[in-house]
Amino acid sequence: MSERRIRVLIAKPGLDGHDRGAKVVARALRDAGMEVIYTGLRQTPEMIAESALQEDVDVIGLSILSGAHMALVPRVFDLLKQNKQENVKVFVGGIIPDEDVSKLLEMGVVGVYGPGTLTDDIVKDIEQKVRSRSKTN
Amino acid sequence: MSLTASVLEGNRLALARLLTQVENNTPEGREALSELFPYTGKAHLIGVTGAPGTGKSSLVNQLARFFRQQEEDTQSTDLTRRVGIVAVDPSSPFTGGAILGDRVRMRDLAGDSGVFIRSMASRGSLGGLAHTTGGIVQALDAAGFEVILIETVGAGQAEVDIARLAHTTLVVEAPGLGDDIQAIKAGILEIADILVINKADRPGVESTERALRSMLQLAYPVSHIFLNHEKLHHGLNPEFTNQSGETIITDKMIWNPPIVKTIATEGNGVRDLASLISQHYEFLQKTGEWERRELARLQSELNSLLQETLVDRWKSSIAPEEYELVLQSLFRHDISPWQAVEVLLSGMKK
Repeated sequence: MSERRIRVLIAKPGLDGHDRGAKVVARALRDAGMEVIYTGLRQTPEMIAESALQEDVDVIGLSILSGAHMALVPRVFDLLKQNKQENVKVFVGGIIPDEDVSKLLEMGVVGVYGPGTLTDDIVKDIEQKVRSRSKTN
Repeated sequence: MSLTASVLEGNRLALARLLTQVENNTPEGREALSELFPYTGKAHLIGVTGAPGTGKSSLVNQLARFFRQQEEDTQSTDLTRRVGIVAVDPSSPFTGGAILGDRVRMRDLAGDSGVFIRSMASRGSLGGLAHTTGGIVQALDAAGFEVILIETVGAGQAEVDIARLAHTTLVVEAPGLGDDIQAIKAGILEIADILVINKADRPGVESTERALRSMLQLAYPVSHIFLNHEKLHHGLNPEFTNQSGETIITDKMIWNPPIVKTIATEGNGVRDLASLISQHYEFLQKTGEWERRELARLQSELNSLLQETLVDRWKSSIAPEEYELVLQSLFRHDISPWQAVEVLLSGMKK
């Protein structure tokens, strides 16, 4: 019997200590039947990429409330590319100014979830994006 | 290049993908494990179990760090060993989802390419490990990790699967979790090769130690009556030391589970714990216990695979409607459960 579950890495890069949102999202994804690897605070992009590789995740969720997203997110993408993990979907949650949202999406982020996003919407979005990936694989 | 060839070459992405196949028990994963099997059997498998919150992950973090540090003592010829870590956390019985949070305590190991950490969810298995943990460990073993630390889910009293998988089992306790009646119950304490009292800076550590020590005296009475207590703290019994105090290990030796106190968050006691682990390794090697445990482990793996395969074959040999008919006659009390089994299995012999 084989079983395929969506594996998600939830990480908080950068120096802010507000992990409430990350935990709420982790819990919501768990309740949707996903296996969520939670790595905790103050992760460097290198640590995140390394964890994503070892854990062979389908999705990475980055929670950023420090304003450093335009520095951190491209770095994560570079490292994923170096590790040949371009197929991993990346989403971002936290405080992201509107003008940056479209920039992040252009970079390849699959979704940006700000305050007030319903966790149900996040779950549906991730399920759909991962499914579209397995079709192309 | 095939997945297994890349794994044997040390490709970490290939290893990660293989582990996913193994964890999901896919045909590819099973085939790869068969190809890798000749390369397994070299690693020292160390199990770490104990109640939730006793500090298992923090201890694993410290132990891995210790194994990875070049011995400062230059006389030691020991090369640093590569460390694999498999950390199991529970799956929700309702949704099947899981939060795997052991990496939170293992951030010191980030950036070390000699360490590979894999988290896994228990996926309904009740013995403290997942069904496929053994396969994950085999893959890491074949990939050349010399030490593999296996952390169970927070275990209560009866989650003892780890003792069958690991060569050396650490049971982690913390002060204040139970009195001496807990210490004499059957189950998890019995499987300990080394007992660790973590959080040893907390109040109540003396009474925890006393309870565990008296439990051990009941379990290993002879050695405790006749042998010197002081040396028992070091695991090996003193009858087997020569005049200069060096240990001579013989096949007649008994291993008395030693107790070690640690404060994992600060790294206190970790050196002592690591030295007990290598003593236990030496003990296993020299007494023939290593082979005995390997055989027992392979036997239990073989048996569970046999069961699994037989059940699968049986399922494919019988039509669901036939099963339903038998179930209905059982429900009407026309036949007994044993007779139902006979009827259902009769199709298989053909």
